[in-house]
This record gives sequence, C-alpha cells and structure tokens, in this order.
Amino acid sequence: MSQKDVGRRLSRRRLIQGSAAMGLLAGFDSMMPAFARGRLDNSNVYHTVRDGADIYDMTIARTPLTIGSRVSSQPITINGTLPAPLVRLKQGREAIMRVTNRMDEPTSIHWHGVLLPFQMDGVPGVSFPGIKPGETFEYRFPVKQHGTYWYHSHSGFQEQLGHYGPIIIDPAEPEPVAYEREYVVVLSDWTFDAPGDVFRNLKVAEGYYNYNQRTVGDFFKDVENMGWGAAWSKADMWGKMRMSPRDILDVTGSEYTYLMNGSPSATNWTGLFRPGEKIRLRFINASAMTFFDVRIPGLPMTVISADGQPVRPVETDEFRIGVAETYDVIVEPTDIAHTVFAQSQDRSGFVRGTLASRQGLEAPVPPMYPRTERGMAAMGMGAMDMKGSMKMGSDMDMKGGMKMAGDMDTAHGPMKMNGNGEKMTKMDAPSDTVSLSAVPTAGRPISHGPDNHGPGAAMVASKPQSRLDDPGVGFETVNHRILTYSQLQSIDGWPDKRPAEREVELHLTGNMERYMWSFDGKKFSEVDGPVKFYNGERLRLILVNDSMMDHPIHLHGMWMELETGAGEYRPRKHTISLKPGERVSALITVDAPGDWAFHCHLLYHMEAGMFRVVSVV
Amino acid sequence: MMIRIKQVTGISLLMLAAGTSAAAGTGVQAEPDWALPVHDDKVFGQILVDRLEYQRDGNDEIALWDAQAWLGKDRKRLWIETEGKTDLSTESGEIENFDVQYSYRLDAFWDIQTGLGAQSTFGADPNRERYSAIIGLQGLAPYWFEVDTNLRVTDDGDVSYDLEAEYDWLLTQRLILQGRGETLVAFSDVEEWGVGTGINNIGLGLRLRYQFSREFAPYIGVSYTRYLGNTKDLRERGGEGVDASSFVAGVRWWF
Repeated sequence: MSQKDVGRRLSRRRLIQGSAAMGLLAGFDSMMPAFARGRLDNSNVYHTVRDGADIYDMTIARTPLTIGSRVSSQPITINGTLPAPLVRLKQGREAIMRVTNRMDEPTSIHWHGVLLPFQMDGVPGVSFPGIKPGETFEYRFPVKQHGTYWYHSHSGFQEQLGHYGPIIIDPAEPEPVAYEREYVVVLSDWTFDAPGDVFRNLKVAEGYYNYNQRTVGDFFKDVENMGWGAAWSKADMWGKMRMSPRDILDVTGSEYTYLMNGSPSATNWTGLFRPGEKIRLRFINASAMTFFDVRIPGLPMTVISADGQPVRPVETDEFRIGVAETYDVIVEPTDIAHTVFAQSQDRSGFVRGTLASRQGLEAPVPPMYPRTERGMAAMGMGAMDMKGSMKMGSDMDMKGGMKMAGDMDTAHGPMKMNGNGEKMTKMDAPSDTVSLSAVPTAGRPISHGPDNHGPGAAMVASKPQSRLDDPGVGFETVNHRILTYSQLQSIDGWPDKRPAEREVELHLTGNMERYMWSFDGKKFSEVDGPVKFYNGERLRLILVNDSMMDHPIHLHGMWMELETGAGEYRPRKHTISLKPGERVSALITVDAPGDWAFHCHLLYHMEAGMFRVVSVV
Repeated sequence: MMIRIKQVTGISLLMLAAGTSAAAGTGVQAEPDWALPVHDDKVFGQILVDRLEYQRDGNDEIALWDAQAWLGKDRKRLWIETEGKTDLSTESGEIENFDVQYSYRLDAFWDIQTGLGAQSTFGADPNRERYSAIIGLQGLAPYWFEVDTNLRVTDDGDVSYDLEAEYDWLLTQRLILQGRGETLVAFSDVEEWGVGTGINNIGLGLRLRYQFSREFAPYIGVSYTRYLGNTKDLRERGGEGVDASSFVAGVRWWF
C-alpha cells in the first residue's frame, strides 16, 4: 500500500499527530485540501497503488466556495478542493492519472515540470485534443525525476479559478537532506470576477488595475530629490518611450485576493511544528499573474531546490518566486510562531500564513515594502546608454560613469543612490561557491530584425544585459539577503556535457497599449510555424526581454540549464523569469520528440499570444 | 446618409475579416480538428463617451457629445467617432462629424484610419448635410499625448485638416486633470458651413474628473474657443460670436 511506499523515513507518526491537531480546522473548512492541513502522505482516498503504479482518480468540477468571507460560484476544484489535492508520486514508478471532466466546458491537466511523453503533457491543441465535458482521460507516464512540481489546467483561464495543485515526487534514493516535517505552500491569486472580464479590461484599458501610477506629486518629489534638471530628464526619458516605470504587475491587489494554500490572510493558513524541528517548505507559485516576494521574518531559509531540481544549499532571507516556479527551503523555527509573508511584486497586496507550535498562534505581520519604480536598466539600455541616466544622480562623479561600460554592478550604482532604480543587492557568496565566469552570450550585439518586431513591440532593448545577480525591482529599502539566480548551483552538474551546437534566439515582446504579447513581435496566431528543435541536438536558447515587464518563460518537456556563469554547475529550470531589458541563455538537451508548448506563464500574456509550439523533429 | 454609412461598415467588416486565418503556429503533431492552445485573435469592442457635457457661456446653454466606438482585433478595427452639439434653448445644433472608419495599427502606437464621414445640422434652420472621405492618424504621441488627426475631402471637393490632442495629469490615482486642444485648418472657403480658408479656430479645455471606477468619471471644467482669420470674419458678418468661454460639467464613461 501507499504507506509502505512513502519514500522518506520521516516520521509518519508526526504527520499523523499533525493532522490530528488540525482536525478542528478540518471541521469548518472541508474544502481545504488535505495537504493544506499538513497531510502530505498518500492516504488520499483518490489514490491507489497497483502493479507498481500510482493511480489517481481526479474529478474536475465547478464547486461554490467561500473565499475569505465571500461566496463564489466560480471555483474549479479537483475532488472538491481549492487548491487541488496533492499528487504524490515516486521516482521510478508509473503514474496513472484518470481525469474526469464534470464541467460543461473542455478542460485539461498539464503536469508542470514533469518530463513525460508529449501526448501526456496535457496542452489542448498541442499534445492532445483536451478533455471534453463528461469525458475521462487517462494520463500514463513513467516517473523519471523527483522534487516539487505542480499541475494545472492549460485550457483558457481555468487556472485562474483554482484549477491547480501540488506534486511531490519522492526520490528513488533518499536525498541527503535532513528534516522532520514538510509542508507544501501553494501561493495563488484569486479574483471574484470572471477571468474573461479581467482579460477584456486589460485589452481595452491599459493600466486598468494599476492604482500606483505616477502622479504630478511624484514628479515634484523627484524634483525635491534630484533637482529640476534630473527630474525633467527622467520624465523626458520615460515620456519619450511612452512607458511607465510603475507598470510592474498587470493585475494587482486592487483585483486579487492572494491565497496561501487556498486561504487568504484572514483565514491564516497555519503549519504546525514542534520546537526543534527542521521543516521543509515546498513553495509553489500557482498564480495566474503574480510574482511574490517571500520571507519569514526573523528566520533564515536554506534553499535546497529550485523548480524541483536540487541545488547547493544556499541560505537567504527572502526570495522572489516567479509565476510557475518552485523553491524548496529548510527552516528551523526559533520561536513559537513565525509569519510566512508573501507580498506581490508591486506591493499592492500580500498573503500571510503562520508556522506555529500550536493552532491559533500568530506572529506579527510585517508591513509591505514601499511601492517602487523601475529603473533605467529596465529599458535594456545597458553600458554606454546608462550614461544618460548619470545626469540623474546628483551625487555621481564621472569616474563612476566611466566604469559603467560593461559592468552592471557599477551601472546600477547610480540607480541605487537616487533611490528609484532596480537595486543590485550584494550578497555574501555561498561559502563553497564556484567562481562565476562570464555568461557566454554577454556583450554580443543584438538584432531585433528589420522592423524592430513591428507593432507587436512597443520597445526593444538595445543593449540587454544578464542581470542574474540582480534580485529585481522592489527591494530598494531592504538590507537583508535576497536570493538571485546567480546563487543557484546544481549539485553535480548535469549528464550532457556537450557544448551548444546550435542557437535559437527569441525575443519577449509586448505592446501594452493593445495588450499584445508575443515572441519576436508575433503572436501565436501570427507565426507561420512551430519553433523547430532537432532531436539529439544540444541547443542554446537565448531569450531577450524587449519589454518592461518580468516574464516567467516556461518550456514544456525539456530542462533549460540556465547559464548563470556557474560553468557546469548551472541550475536547471522549467521556468525562467526574465527581468525587463534582460538577456539570458540556457542549454537544452533536445531529447523529447513531439510538440511542446513554450510560453510566458503569466496567464493573460499567454492568452494574448505569448505562446509558441516547439516541435522536436 | 445611413446608406453610405452602411456601405462603409460593410467594407470595413470585409477588411476586418480579410487576413484572418487559422493559427499556423501549431505543431507538427496537431490534428486539424483540435482546438487552438491559446486564443489571441479574438474580437473586442469598446464604446467610450469621452465627453458628454453641459456648457454654459453667459446665457448660452449647450449640450455636447464626443464619443467613439471600436470593434475588432488588435490590428484591424472598425472605428466610429461622433461629435456634435445642440443649443439647449433653440434645440438646433450640428452633428459635427459622424465618421465610420477602418483603423489599422501600423506602428506600436499609431493607427492609420480611413473611411467616410457625415456632417449635418438639425433644428430650426433648413438642415444641411455633407459627406467627406477621411484619412487620418490616431494614437499616442511621445510624452503621452492622445492624438487624433484627420484630413477630410468633402463631396464638393473642399479639403480640411483637423487635430485634437489630450493630455492627462494624474493629481491622484483617481483625480485627473485633462488638458485638451483642438484646431481645424481649411483649404477653401465654404460659407454655407461657416468655414473660411486658413486656421478656423483654436479650442482649449481643462477638465477635472474623478474616476469612481475606471469606467465612470464625472468632471467639471472650462473650455475656450476662439475663431480666427476668414472664419472669424464670416462669423462677425453673420452676427455670431468669435470667441466663447464656457463652464462645463459632464461625464466620461466607457463600457
């Protein structure tokens, strides 16, 4: 039975005790999935084991739920809960998922980050026709990997309405990670409006949800801080481009209720622990549109895996988690209660939960960081062009300016000083760090094609930079450690040691005026064929962000080994978040024949056209 | 007039439909009867009543409308604009324009628009109407100016050019001061319509609106119009005023 198969020897008893302690909670909120009540074992009634295969029966339906204090008839649940139940699999076994659609619209499940035959990938129109109302589709695939992943609908806007859940795959061999307890922490954004209406608002009225736009007062604040000349030239630069430095998230806290394991802040999702325990928290950002900044005030977190893949342990105080990314961290509570705090990237809202030594305890909830603006780096005008912004910093000297060419650290210097750039936070290097070498694509000239991507792109990054050691916008006032991609290093490297034989470059493009999002200025409906990968090749994928937004870019079916400068210890990811004006590259072992989706994981960007099919032929 | 507008509508819809084909980006394994993975080519539409307002200049009371509607996809749209006013005491007025245009996104920030427009008067005096072919640009200029500009040729061959620009100052996230300027330049005298060669007029306005929601924002403001050159002479001869400053109150509303 499943009990026998639970891989880790971690105290089953404690898990059971934990669930008993949370029985009370279960009483008044039976719509909460078992994992949110701390039950991460496979005692799930929908799960059976036969002939070495984990079999799940999952029923997708609309279920009216109370979220916060409001009832909604919108939620899409799986087996009655939001988020959907935990799927716990085991590396080396087979997974059989029987998914029944009890809605009156087609649906699908995509197993995010799980390597499988393309027909099982669950993207309607790419890997299969979708699951029609009343139909049952059986997914069947061998489980090759382990780690924290998730699953969600790939049909329309269903993912916005609760159609997402966590996956834990236990390793065949025990991991060298010690902990006594674990929790899944699923972060998401909920709207009481129809997602189609949200999309329409974005389409017809730019900035519809942004209540943090620059005002006349902000201009005079700039004048106060940097003088008339600098304030004018800043306004001039943004005005010329018709871009807003305050355009950080498209859908904000003015619309969303942020959820942690399905609970808003008021309901306070609580994970219980016993003093002295080490806890593994498996964070999953299942949002439609929200980047979260996550911290547990007063408690350092040791990141042990990213996107399900183990990384060298790195201690940090905060991390930004892009949509669809996952991070596993180990924490060791020092107090009787700790707040788990996740604020949206634009500081328009947050959700908190609590790690507590008994039910009902709370810790102080910190204020959100101040709202912020994007700096000039977001325009993707690195190096020499940055000099233009030098005029802004009243306290800059020319020496600093000279250094700026090709040196992003210094280039960010003035931004930091005038207090409204995207700050470069210097981190203590991990003790056993591999010396970072240059990213292979750094300094290369860039081409945007003859028409700069056409009307689909409102701007292009003339000199995009890798900003992998930049935590991004919004941490200007923060003095603690913030995780960056440059700190992620794989444990032993990956099996394929070949250099890239071929390069594919794609640009992330958008035009907010019409809410058009695309690759290379062309929406999915405008391209003339799939992106071709050749089976067996070693490929370098180069991504250039020609827009003012952060984009989490997800490749189905194959890993992307992110070239961070860590040489062979580059981390491998299913979703790479690119900051505005950024260029990154990743090595891919093309070994998965078939068609795969490749897209921005911001739900409304994807539906607006930022989607391609990759055909491995 | 309606017949002509219908024709334009028909032509525009045809042009909207042209170039629409099934997405070609699907993979090599996809079956033809599968639904598309994303639907990025949908038709949207919006009706925006930019100004629906009451104007008062001394004892003159005027109701004014300025509205637009569009229907279509990201790059090709059917675009309808109308503007006009009526004197509340005489109940006569003018539909200054009713334009039905095909609008094409030719640049990240600009649409080129072309179509037909109608202009007519109503009320006590004998009603007049005329039609024109239009070509224009509409979009967002650097520094966030909303610009709409057209070149018109009437059925009598008279040519004119008009320009409108709006700029929003955000005082707070919901309290917005809008500056507005407009002008019209004619290349021939058309006395019947009170149009003289040269710059006809300059209109300036300031409107302070409060956005209760993105869709609904009542406002108050001031508006000033001054007639110039030959147009001014024409109006003086006809006993009409050559400038007007008004207090305005109205609502901006879209859905």
